[in-house]
Amino acid sequence: MEALNQPVPRGRGRGFGGGEQWRAVLFLSPSWLLLLLFFFVPTALTFYFAFTNMALTGEAAMASEFVGFHNFADMFRDPGFRTAVYNTMVYLVFSAVIGQQAVGFLLAFLMNGRSRAFRSIIGSIVLAGWVAPEVVCAFVWFAFLNDSGTVNMALEAAGLKPVAWLYSFPMVSVVIANIWHGTAFSMMVFQAALGDVPKEVEEAAMIDGASAWQRLVRVVLPMIGGSVVTNMVLVTLQTLGSFTMIYALTGGGPGNATETLPVYMYHQAFVNYQLGYGTAISLTLLVIGAAASLIYMKVLKVKI
Amino acid sequence: MKRCQRGAMNVIKKTNLAMILLSLTVVFVTACGGKSSNAGSSASPAAAYSSSPSASPSASPSAGGQDQQAKTIRVAYGKWNETDNWGKWLAAVKQEFEAAHPGVTVELQPIEGAQFATKAPLLMMDPSTAPEVLTEDSFMINADSAAGYLEPLDTASWDDWKQFNDGIKAAVTAADGKTYGVPISTDVRGLYYNKVLFKQAGLPVPWQPKNWQEIIDAAKTIKEKLPDIIPFWMNSGKAGQEATTMQTFEMLLYGTQDTLYENGKWVVQSPGILSSLQFIHDIYSGGLGPKLSQVLTAQAGQVLETDLMPNQKVAIVLNGNWMTGTWAPTGSKPWPDALNVYDFVKMPTQNGQPPGFTSMSGGWTLAVGAKSKEKELGWEFVKLAVNKENNKKFVLADGALTPRVDVAGDPEYADQPGTLFKVAAEFITYTHVRPANSEYPGVSTQIQDAVEKTAAGALSPEEAMKAYARNVERTVGKDKVTTK
Repeated sequence: MEALNQPVPRGRGRGFGGGEQWRAVLFLSPSWLLLLLFFFVPTALTFYFAFTNMALTGEAAMASEFVGFHNFADMFRDPGFRTAVYNTMVYLVFSAVIGQQAVGFLLAFLMNGRSRAFRSIIGSIVLAGWVAPEVVCAFVWFAFLNDSGTVNMALEAAGLKPVAWLYSFPMVSVVIANIWHGTAFSMMVFQAALGDVPKEVEEAAMIDGASAWQRLVRVVLPMIGGSVVTNMVLVTLQTLGSFTMIYALTGGGPGNATETLPVYMYHQAFVNYQLGYGTAISLTLLVIGAAASLIYMKVLKVKI
Repeated sequence: MKRCQRGAMNVIKKTNLAMILLSLTVVFVTACGGKSSNAGSSASPAAAYSSSPSASPSASPSAGGQDQQAKTIRVAYGKWNETDNWGKWLAAVKQEFEAAHPGVTVELQPIEGAQFATKAPLLMMDPSTAPEVLTEDSFMINADSAAGYLEPLDTASWDDWKQFNDGIKAAVTAADGKTYGVPISTDVRGLYYNKVLFKQAGLPVPWQPKNWQEIIDAAKTIKEKLPDIIPFWMNSGKAGQEATTMQTFEMLLYGTQDTLYENGKWVVQSPGILSSLQFIHDIYSGGLGPKLSQVLTAQAGQVLETDLMPNQKVAIVLNGNWMTGTWAPTGSKPWPDALNVYDFVKMPTQNGQPPGFTSMSGGWTLAVGAKSKEKELGWEFVKLAVNKENNKKFVLADGALTPRVDVAGDPEYADQPGTLFKVAAEFITYTHVRPANSEYPGVSTQIQDAVEKTAAGALSPEEAMKAYARNVERTVGKDKVTTK
C-alpha cells in the first residue's frame, strides 16, 4: 500500500541515461505493440483496401489488384452514394444535431434545480433509452411502428386507418427512434454543464432585470458553449457511424429512402461483395466525420 | 537502511508491473486472436472445443486406438425457416456418416437464410472457419470457385454421377470445366392462382394467361371484385435476395426478346429490361401488389407461404414449385388442400410470342470448402448425402425437384401427392438457366436493387434501368457491358 502512494522520485525521466531509456522503451512496448496491432495496422489496411478491387467472391477475391482512385471516381459518379450522403446528412442533422441536443438540453434545463426525486425518476426513464443496446431500441420501435404495432392498434381503436409508418414515413421514423435512443447522452452532458454555471452569475443577471429568456441565451448558453461543442462533436460522430438502428428498423429501405452511408457501405461490401468499394466509402465517412468536427470547432470558435 | 528498503520496494513494484503488463498483453492478444479466428462462425460456438479432442491427445485416452483419428467435419447449410427441412435431412445423414466413420464427428452449422449469401463467403475465405461441406446455390459456383473457395470434385471416379441429369450437371461445372458442386435439387417457376378466388371474381377457371396483359387484367378484376384480396404477389425486395432476381425479374426478362448476358457481355439496357421493370411498376402503382411493408421484408416469403396463401388472401403468386414443401405434412404449415385451392400454371411470354411460355431453373448443391482441413471426408459426406435414398428423402421433404434420374423414375417420388413433380416436367421444356459466370452474383444484387426501387416507386422504370446499367458497369467493368 505504502509503495503505491510514494511519489515518483525526481530526476527519473529527466536524465534518461542509457539504462533508463531502454527500460522506458521496454515498458512502453506492450502498449505500442497493442496500438500497432489493433489500431495502426487495421487503419493502414483499410486505407490500402480502399484503393483495391478486393471482393468477397469471384476472381478479385483470389487476387485483388491495386486500382488507384478508381473506387473514389466511381463513388462520385454513383447516384446511390449521393443519396446516401444526403440521407446521412438528414439523419445526422435532424436526429442528432437538432433532435438529441434540443430535447437533451430541454430536459436538462427543466430538471435543473428540481427536487432530487424528480430528477432521478425522469433521469432514469430517459436513460433507459440510452442504456438499452441499439438493436433492442430498434426492436422496441419496430414493435411500436410496424403494421400491427402499438401505434396502429391505438389508431384502429380510435377508429382511424392504420399507417405503414416504416414505409410511408421511413426517415421520420428512424429519426424519432434515434432521438429517443440518444437524447440521454446529451441530457447528461448538459446537466453537468448547467450544474457548473455559478448561481451568482444568474442572480446578478436577474437583479439587472434580465428576463428568463435573456438569462438563458445571454448568460447560460455562452457559459456552457464548450460543452455544447464537445457534445455536438460526440453525437455527430456517434450518429455518422450509426448502423444498427437503421439496419434493424428499415434495412435502408424502402428503396433507398433511409440508406445512410454506413448502411450503403455494408450493402456494397457484404451484399454486393465489393469489399474494396465498401472500404473506400468507409474512408469517405471518416473524412466527413473529421471535417464536421473541425467545422464545429472553427465556426463556434471553441477549443475543446 | 530506509533507502535500501525503498529501492527493494521499487524493484518489486517494477517487476510486478512488468508481470502484470506482460500477462495483460498475453491475455489480450490471445483473447483477441481466439476471437478473430472464430469470427464469422457465429453460428457455431461449439467449433472451438469440438476440435479439441484431436488437438490434445491427453483429453481422449479412454476410448482406445480409434480416437487417434478423431476428426471433425463442419457442414454449413441454410436454415430457411423454423421447420428447417435441410437441417433434418443433414442430421439424418450425419448419424449415418458417423456410424460409418468411427471417430469422426459431423458438426452442423445452420446459417439463417437471410444471412446465408453474406456469411457463406466469409466462412469459406478463412482456413480456420472454412466448412468441409456447405450448401451452395448453383449460381454462386462460378464466383466462389474463381475465388478459390471451392474444391474441385472427383466425379469421374464416382459411379453415382451418371445418375445426375446432364443439363443440371452443366450448371455446376465452372468455366474451367471442373465440377465444384453436386446438385441436390432443381426447380421451375410459374404462376400460382387461387381457383376459389378466381371463381368468386368471375374469372375463368382453369386459367392459363397467354401474355403479361392477361395477368394484369386478371389482377385488376380481382382488385375490383375482391378489394380485400392481394391481386398479385411477386418477390420485390433486396431482402428477398436471389428470389427477387430469379422469381421476379428473370421470370419477366426471359419472357421478352432479351436476356441478361449475351455474347460475353452483360446487356444492361434493353427494351426487355425496361418492359420487365415497367411490369413491376404497373403492378405496384396500380395497387395490384401487396403492401410494401409486407413484401420488402426478409420475412416476406415466410408470411406468403404460411399465412397469405393458406388463408387465401392472395390471388396470383409468381413463385417456384418448391412452395409445396411448406404445405407438406412435414412442412411448417401442413395444408393438404393446397393444390386444390391453388393451381400452378406456366408463365407466359410478354406478348405471347413463341415459344409462348417461360420458366427459370436453378438449384442447390453440396460443395466442399477448399480451405477446410478434412476435404476427403467432406467429399465422402457429400456422396452419402446425395445418394438415391437420401436425395429422395430430401426432395420429398423440401418439395424441390430431384436432379437424379433414378429418383425421378421412382414411383414414390413421381406420384407423391401434394407436390408439383409431375406438372414441373412440362415447365422444364420452357426453362432457362442463369448466366454461368463468376460476375453473376454481383449483377444479381444490382437487379434486386433496381426491382425494389421500382416497386417502392423510388425510381421510374427508366431511371431504375439507368441506375442498374451504371452499377453493373462499375461491378464488371466498362468493356463487359453492352446496350441493346
